[in-house]
Amino acid sequence: MFFRIMTVLGFIFLYAPIAGLIFYSFNASKLVTVWGGFSTKWYGELFQNAQILGAAWISLKIAFISACISVVLGTLAALVMVRFGRFKGRTLFSGMITAPLVMPEVITGLSLLMLFISLQGLIGWPVGRGLTTIVIAHATFGLAFVAVIVQSRLVDMDQDIEEAAADLGARPVRVFFDITLPSIAPALVSAWLLAFTLSLDDLVIASFVAGPGASTLPMVIFSKVRLGVSPDINALATIMIGMVAVGIFCATIVMLRSSKKES
Amino acid sequence: MMSWFHRQLAKHGRNLVIAVPMIWLIVFFLAPFFVVFKISFADIARARPPYTPLFSFEDGRLLIALSFENYAYLWDDTLYIKAYWSSIKIAFWSTVFALLIGYPMAYVIARASDTKRNLLLMLVILPFWTSFLLRVYAWIGFLKTQGVINALLLKIGIISEPLIMLQTDFAVYVGIVYTYLPFMILPLYANLTKLDNTLLEAAHDLGASKLMSFLTVTLPLSLPGIIAGCMLVFIPAIGEFVIPALLGGPDTLMIGKVLWTEFFNNRDWPVASAVATAMLILLVIPIMWMRRAAEEEVS
Repeated sequence: MFFRIMTVLGFIFLYAPIAGLIFYSFNASKLVTVWGGFSTKWYGELFQNAQILGAAWISLKIAFISACISVVLGTLAALVMVRFGRFKGRTLFSGMITAPLVMPEVITGLSLLMLFISLQGLIGWPVGRGLTTIVIAHATFGLAFVAVIVQSRLVDMDQDIEEAAADLGARPVRVFFDITLPSIAPALVSAWLLAFTLSLDDLVIASFVAGPGASTLPMVIFSKVRLGVSPDINALATIMIGMVAVGIFCATIVMLRSSKKES
Repeated sequence: MMSWFHRQLAKHGRNLVIAVPMIWLIVFFLAPFFVVFKISFADIARARPPYTPLFSFEDGRLLIALSFENYAYLWDDTLYIKAYWSSIKIAFWSTVFALLIGYPMAYVIARASDTKRNLLLMLVILPFWTSFLLRVYAWIGFLKTQGVINALLLKIGIISEPLIMLQTDFAVYVGIVYTYLPFMILPLYANLTKLDNTLLEAAHDLGASKLMSFLTVTLPLSLPGIIAGCMLVFIPAIGEFVIPALLGGPDTLMIGKVLWTEFFNNRDWPVASAVATAMLILLVIPIMWMRRAAEEEVS
């Protein structure tokens, strides 16, 4: 009984701030405690803010490209961890795919920037900092999250079919594309979405490696909210929450349908 | 041509699959730490990049200029030691609170019926998909002096004067527990669903009370989940920057904020690198511990 009450309180704790954001975004008053009537004027202001829109476009581009790279590299990493057994450097390898999960972002950001600057001095690449450097940084930590998701799917997966295909003479590459890939596809989709969201959300690492040219959405939001509550940011938050809710809702329906088909 | 290619692929395919992610991670994850380590031994300079080179050639001889001043400075200036200590303290207590809130939630979710379980699990993951920055920002409206919590408490009459919560360490604790709670719940849930029910029944048959069987069966068996959850909260919380920057006050000392100021405001790259190196050394043992736990999960 005690545990149940704690659970209800825990969910209130998780959702109250999110509900608050949605509520303020329709409040005509700038103050969070005064209800000035229903209004959508902050949404209007948001869509006139060229700085926020520009930054959102940059962030979406970065998130799309880096999520794709993360999924390819992370799937390879998961495959190596689960199916390849022992090899030279396995400890180092598994360390390098777990450490990014918990590495404080200030360390990752600072060290990647130092690497990029040293590389530019040594081999002349990357030239300056901007989109490319942010994509590389995000792809690297996205890789670790993708690897975790795909690993757990590979562990659960029935290996008999893979072995049967191999026994029937299919080459490893063919087994991977014909058997393994289709059965881990749902995990790849959720891994891609996670990498995409993480990239869209990152402030600290992007701030280090961005350079003066490219400001991502979190960087613009941070510089605004540092000064306090800002109503058009509430509107932006509500739009983002709405998109996530719709996305999750659709994903759940698709998953429920496919699991019904299987059973 | 194709068959040669296929033969090569068959021969080296395995190594190739290992090599691609391995090389990427060595270049973009491991190597950067060595670069930071190197720069932490340089001196600040008015140049581009703003530090002195470690190696230089003069008359055909290699000169190495190592400076330990940055580390001496970290040691001498009490600010840094205090910041490390206070980060560990804040991260530790946040982890304890997250465990106290997260454990009952994970337990209830793991024991719920199938449909309810999926719904509750989704409710835990959902906040994780919405922007972390915006969720931390939402607390400003709740915690500030003219904020939602104070307005509520004043209305009920529990307090007669608004509490000052924003820009205090309290707000930082709230922020960290709030944002990292799903990281605590998920590994605990994963562990608790695997719990063998017959063990609990056996304990019950032998006359153990509900509390007794929880303390002697469930709790010890869930220890791996507790460790995984705690590491996922504690390690990143130590270097947290956004939460102390938005919710904490000027007195809130956290090492992530110190590093940020050193780099962005003071433009002292060598000292920032030394701060990062020291933090990394502090975190090596918990990270190794976590990697071993993760490895066991796979095998």
